[in-house]
Amino acid sequence: MTYLPLLGIALVVLGFALRFNPLLVVAVAAVVTGLLAGVPFVKVLATLGKAFNDNRYVSVIWIVLPVIGVLERYGLQQQARTLIGRMRGATTGRILFAYLGFRQIFAALGLTSVAGHPQTVRPLVAPMAEAAAEKEHGDLDEDTREKVKALSAATDNVGLFFGEDIFIAIGSILLIQGAMGGFGIELTPLHLSLWAIPTAICAFVIHGTRLLLFDRKLGRGR
Amino acid sequence: MITLQWLYVLTGAMFAAFAVLSARDRSNRKRFGNAIFWALVAASFWFGDMIGDLGNGILVLAIVAVAGAHLLGRGETLSTTTEQRVELAMRYGSKLFLPALIIPVTAFFGTLLFNYTPLKATGLIDPKATTLVLLGAGVLVALAVCYAWFRPPVLAPIDEGRRLMDSIGWAGILPQMLAALGAVFAAAGVGDIIGGVAGEVIPSGSVFLAVVVYAVGMALFTIIMGNAFAAFPVMAAAIGVPILVRGAGADPAVIGAVGMLSGFCGTLLTPMAANFNIVPAALLELKDQYGVIRMQVATAIPLFICNVLILYFAGYAWAL
Repeated sequence: MTYLPLLGIALVVLGFALRFNPLLVVAVAAVVTGLLAGVPFVKVLATLGKAFNDNRYVSVIWIVLPVIGVLERYGLQQQARTLIGRMRGATTGRILFAYLGFRQIFAALGLTSVAGHPQTVRPLVAPMAEAAAEKEHGDLDEDTREKVKALSAATDNVGLFFGEDIFIAIGSILLIQGAMGGFGIELTPLHLSLWAIPTAICAFVIHGTRLLLFDRKLGRGR
Repeated sequence: MITLQWLYVLTGAMFAAFAVLSARDRSNRKRFGNAIFWALVAASFWFGDMIGDLGNGILVLAIVAVAGAHLLGRGETLSTTTEQRVELAMRYGSKLFLPALIIPVTAFFGTLLFNYTPLKATGLIDPKATTLVLLGAGVLVALAVCYAWFRPPVLAPIDEGRRLMDSIGWAGILPQMLAALGAVFAAAGVGDIIGGVAGEVIPSGSVFLAVVVYAVGMALFTIIMGNAFAAFPVMAAAIGVPILVRGAGADPAVIGAVGMLSGFCGTLLTPMAANFNIVPAALLELKDQYGVIRMQVATAIPLFICNVLILYFAGYAWAL
C-alpha cells in the first residue's frame, strides 16, 4: 500500500493554514488525492461531481434566509434585545444554558432542523445573549462581543452533536448499526442510542458549567 | 409524492433570483462575479440530475474558479437602518417572532403529524425527506405571513436574503464541497491507509491504551475529514471490532456509540466541518474565522476524556 494519497490531506492543512480560498483548497486537494491514488483525472472529476450533486441537500438550508432577512428588516434582532432587557435575571450564561438544554432535548427527539445557525442563532440567540451581556455590563468591547457571539454558535453545536445520537433514527446511529452489521455484530438502534446518554449528560454538565462561569468572567473583565 | 426534488427546484429558484438581483446591484463592484456564482449554484439545483457526473464535476470546477479568483463581492446594504429598526420593533413588538417560529414549528408538528397519523400511508411526502420538505413548506407559510403583516416591497425577501447570502459568500457552498471531498478521499483509499497506520501503532496487551488509540483515532480522523461518519467504519475495522470487541470482549454497543461521539469531539475542533464551525462565523460576522472553534476547545477536550473513560469502564472493565 502506498502512503502517497495522504499528501492530499497535507495540502488541505497547508491550504487552510495559508488562508487560500477554502473552495479552491478543497478542489485542488480532491484532484491531487485522486491522481496520486492512480485514478484518472476524468474519473476524479466525475466522482467529485457526483458527490457534490448527491449532497445538495446540505445547502438547502439557505432557503430560510429570505424570511430571516425580512424579519431583520422589520426589527427582529432589536425586538429580541428588548425582550431580554425586560427579563429580570436574564444573563448571557443563563440564556445560553437554557438554549443548550432546549437544543439537546429537541435533537434527542429527532428534531435536528428546528434550530440551527441560520434559523435560530443569528436572528434570536446571539442577539439575546449580546443584549443580556450589555444589560449587565454596559457597552461591550469588540473582543467581548465576538466571544459572546462565538459562544452562542458553539452552544448550538454542542447541543446538536450530543443530543442527536439519543434519537434512534438519526443517520449516525444507523451508520454504526450498518457498519457493525458488516462485521457480523447485530445491534439494535435502541441499544446504541441508550449508550449515547452518558456522553450527552457529560456534555450538558461540562458546557453548561462553562456557560454559567462565563457570566463571572464577563463581570471580572471590567 | 413530494420529494427532495421539489425542494431543489424551489432552492434553485431562490439562487437564480439572487443571481439576477446581484447582476443589477450597482453598489457592488464585483456584481457580475456574484451573479455568475449564484447562477452556477442555481444550475446545480435545477439541472444537477440531468448533466451527468462529469458535467457536475465541470460545474464544480466553474464554481471553484469564481470563488478562487476572488470574484465575489458585497454590495452596500440597502436595508433599513438600525434606528429605523428600533422604531419598527416598537411598532410590531413580539409579533416579529411569530413568522420566525413558523418555520421550526411547521417542521416539528408537521413531522409528528406526518409520522404518527395515517397521512404517512398516503405517500404525500417522501419519508426520507419529510423534515426538509416541511422546512421548505414552513418557509413558504412564513413568507406569506410576512407579506400579509408587514406589506414589504415585493422583492424585499429576495433582496434581504441576498444580503445575508452575500455576507456568507462562498462559505455557503463549502460544506457541500467538503462532503464531495470526502467521497474522493474514500475512492482514493485514504481511510484504509489511516486505518492501517492506526492498527499498527496499537501496543499489545493493554486494553486501556487500545481504547485511547481508538478514540484518538476517531477524533483525529474526524478533524482531517470534517466528518465522524467517514472515520467510523475505518476505525471500527482497524481497532474497534478486531481488538476491542473480538479481542478483549468489549460491549459492541458502547464501542460503537461512544466511539462515534469521540469523533464528534473532533468535529468541534476542525475547520473542515465548515457548516458547524466556519459558516456560523461568517453568518454572525465574526472577525476571526476560527472564533467558533476557539470557543469549543474547552468543551471538546474534557468531553473527549469523559468518552475515553466511558469507553473503557462501561464498555470493558465493568461490562465483563
